[in-house]
Amino acid sequence: MRPDLPKKAGTGGKTLAQSSPAGGPQSVPALLHRNAQKFANAPAYREKEYGIWQSWTWSQTRDEVEALALGLLEMGVNEGDFIAIIGRNRPYLYWAMVSAQMVGAVPVPLYQDANAEEMAYVMNHCGARFAVVGDQEQVDKIIEVQAGLPDFEQMIYLDPRGLRKYDHSALTQYENVQELGRQHREKHEAALKARQDKLDYDSTGVMLYTSGTTGKPKGVVLSNRNVIETAKSSSEFDGLRQTDDILAYLPMAWVGDFIFSVGQAMWTGFCTNCPESADTMHVDLREIGPTYYFAPPRVFETQLTNVMIRMEDASRFKKWLFDHFMAHARKVGPALLDGKTVSFGDRLKYKLGELFVYGPLKNTLGFSRVRVGYTAGEAIGPEIFDFYRSLGINLKQLYGQTEATVFITAQPDGEVRSDTVGVTCPGVELKIADNGEVFYRSPGVFVEYYKNPESTADTKDAEGWVATGDAGFIEEDTGHLRIIDRAKDVGQMADGSLFAPKYVENKLKFFPNILEAVVFGNKREECTAFINIDLTAVGNWAERNNIGYASYQELARHPQVMDTIQSHVEEVNASVAGDEMLSGCQIHRFVVLHKELDADDGELTRTRKVRRRIIEEKYDDIIAALYGDDKTVSTETEVTYEDGRKGSIKATLEVRDAKVFPVTKRMAAE
Amino acid sequence: MKDQADSYVTDDGRTIGPVVMEMKNITLRFGGVEAIKDISFDIREGEIRAIIGPNGAGKSSMLNVISGFYVPQEGEVWYKGAKRPPMKPFQVAQQGIARTFQNIALFEGMSVLDNVMTGRLTHMESGLLGQSIWKGKAEAEEIANREVAEKIIDFLEIQAIRKTPVARLPYGLKKRVELARALAAEPTILLLDEPMAGMNVEEKEDMSRFVLDVNDEFGTTIALIEHDMGVVMDLSDRVVVMDYGRKIGDGTPDEVRNNQEVIDAYLGVAHD
Repeated sequence: MRPDLPKKAGTGGKTLAQSSPAGGPQSVPALLHRNAQKFANAPAYREKEYGIWQSWTWSQTRDEVEALALGLLEMGVNEGDFIAIIGRNRPYLYWAMVSAQMVGAVPVPLYQDANAEEMAYVMNHCGARFAVVGDQEQVDKIIEVQAGLPDFEQMIYLDPRGLRKYDHSALTQYENVQELGRQHREKHEAALKARQDKLDYDSTGVMLYTSGTTGKPKGVVLSNRNVIETAKSSSEFDGLRQTDDILAYLPMAWVGDFIFSVGQAMWTGFCTNCPESADTMHVDLREIGPTYYFAPPRVFETQLTNVMIRMEDASRFKKWLFDHFMAHARKVGPALLDGKTVSFGDRLKYKLGELFVYGPLKNTLGFSRVRVGYTAGEAIGPEIFDFYRSLGINLKQLYGQTEATVFITAQPDGEVRSDTVGVTCPGVELKIADNGEVFYRSPGVFVEYYKNPESTADTKDAEGWVATGDAGFIEEDTGHLRIIDRAKDVGQMADGSLFAPKYVENKLKFFPNILEAVVFGNKREECTAFINIDLTAVGNWAERNNIGYASYQELARHPQVMDTIQSHVEEVNASVAGDEMLSGCQIHRFVVLHKELDADDGELTRTRKVRRRIIEEKYDDIIAALYGDDKTVSTETEVTYEDGRKGSIKATLEVRDAKVFPVTKRMAAE
Repeated sequence: MKDQADSYVTDDGRTIGPVVMEMKNITLRFGGVEAIKDISFDIREGEIRAIIGPNGAGKSSMLNVISGFYVPQEGEVWYKGAKRPPMKPFQVAQQGIARTFQNIALFEGMSVLDNVMTGRLTHMESGLLGQSIWKGKAEAEEIANREVAEKIIDFLEIQAIRKTPVARLPYGLKKRVELARALAAEPTILLLDEPMAGMNVEEKEDMSRFVLDVNDEFGTTIALIEHDMGVVMDLSDRVVVMDYGRKIGDGTPDEVRNNQEVIDAYLGVAHD
């Protein structure tokens, strides 16, 4: 149930931008036509294929999109149909989304690594009649579940490889659809124009399914207003321009990718670059050198870990150079980036560091040209955040969600900190409910959850305020929003003190050795935790110390690894003890899990968020042991392999006690 | 038995063409050892033909006869309807027969891309001088060859290691690079000598998929030696079984599986 809201509104006035800009493009296809005129010969999309960056200008893009749209008309796509889009980031699939919009249909991008049942649920829920998919893998998945999809009719695929022998009665190759469209141009041209003319600010632009930390995914309907208004205001916020480059490598089903690679790209006319394959992302990143870059904290973490591992292997002189200049960068780098005054000597030394260390390092990472970089989705470790900022990379944080068309708050240049998520974006209003839950209202607020009026009503009230499901507060002096945890996860300990698992988990995850952590303790006497080690970092440590291991499981239960993790847990406890409000969340006992939490086993969402309830049920025996007295616990867990087969792992886990600390009397905001 | 010149369609809808290569009464001796004794079999266009048998059965020797590395003392090799005179391996390669090796034989110090490019050698016409100064024909030729190489790199999904020196790659990927190099020659017949040896289940599944895709996509005829029975039975259209240099079975996987002599050879019975 929804908590009662206080009547007091947060910031800003009551009126929302309900009007549309006079005469401006009112739909994504209209923006494409504008760009094809305005930036005709500028690059719109690039993709590396066969070792070479292939590119398409805006006018070529329009021709490609139109050809596909005409083909879709010939195939009988109706207005209001849903078209599923599944595959890795490729220009063709982005075009397919715009083509779908052109013919009045609604594109529904799906996670490409979703399994067949997850896909079946979504496709059934929206009643998709058509799907545009990348390759054989996706075709196979849909064929597997096709019998249970009464509305489904036709599949369009990009890569013909391995599909030669398939029954082609409901299967057409992408370029053949375009060819079909070109052949029947005269027949459908008028209809295509008529359908595009009908599109306005309130027509549906896209439907995106939320990853669903609880329950089934919900289809978030976003209108053209949501998409264009958000793209416009966020582009202005960061001064994005037509000459910018982005690398599109995050899942197409995620709202962020849609807004960056379609919304903002269409609004500002910048170029969207698609990597050759998921494995080549880092090489492609280096080659493109994006100017506007987005990555979840995990990506930054991995890159930093890799840098550190490689520096361990560098020659002594190089290592000295790196350590020396990085220390200097930590001292003055962030200040320089924020435009604060720094002494001449320090400036000079930083310049020298740029020459020897920062410049080459940024080049290796692919960040040489980054003007605006964002991270979001999870909290980022302060050390990681500072590392990138000290190199002179303008990395910032933002806070958003699918229902808001991404942007709720973002950090303006010069006001960047690792512990806040920034100030409200243009046009957004915020308020905090009594229980700490954050509410917002903006032109980006979604239309509805498709076929789910109850959830819509639960989330969005009549005045347009949307519950984020996150608990947080606004800092009084700076106006920055800080997020503590998911509101539904925030609970109470048995003694009545506040329980905020994510807050502790994040602190744990800031250690490179810890990949994932799940903290329990709601309505209990004390807190306990599951921990996943990071195989890259711990494996590298093991290799350096001549510790042999054959599997994740074996490494995870190594006594020295357990000791290290214990020391990390105790460090976190010490830091948690510094905060009176949350000092009850110190971890008393923990285990290092015998397997990595995995989305295939339903333990994480596809965006790698922990599904608490499922984990609690699945590992109830281990949790019982954490709250018991035993020193070990034997368990057996079912796992799903990548090819879909199931197996099980048996293990005996050691339960460790960690030292807890008395509350230090300091009223910290942290 | 189907007629040699006929095509037929398999149960899974693939068209198998007429005989493209025929081995007639091949005998190969090393001193007093008879590695291959009077063996005859044929390979049809577009099929996947497996040669199986216990260790020392003479499988690799057979492959080496096909690729021209060994010249048999007796018997004839017929290729595309004509009897093949004794040839050097490079001449055989020029005729469109490419192979991979049981013990990977790549250029370890060179990048994956360069290794794949060496597979294009039989398709290059410009001379040493032309290639050195890289002008005119040599340049156009290299661009065309690079395109073929890149399509194969894309096909085998090894884009991420394109510029990596082969020495740094794990075993399973090296096997894939070797397949890429053989494919770069755009062969009529592809000989694979134990393509899945030493691989784990996942790598075997990947490799099997690539072998099927190559056959499907390029229509390449494939002759392969393999020990993993599961793989052989799944992949191949017809199987030749060898034991002690003799042919003890020949036919579809099902026929071979039920052949008493084959069962004996694999399960082991006392030889006379």
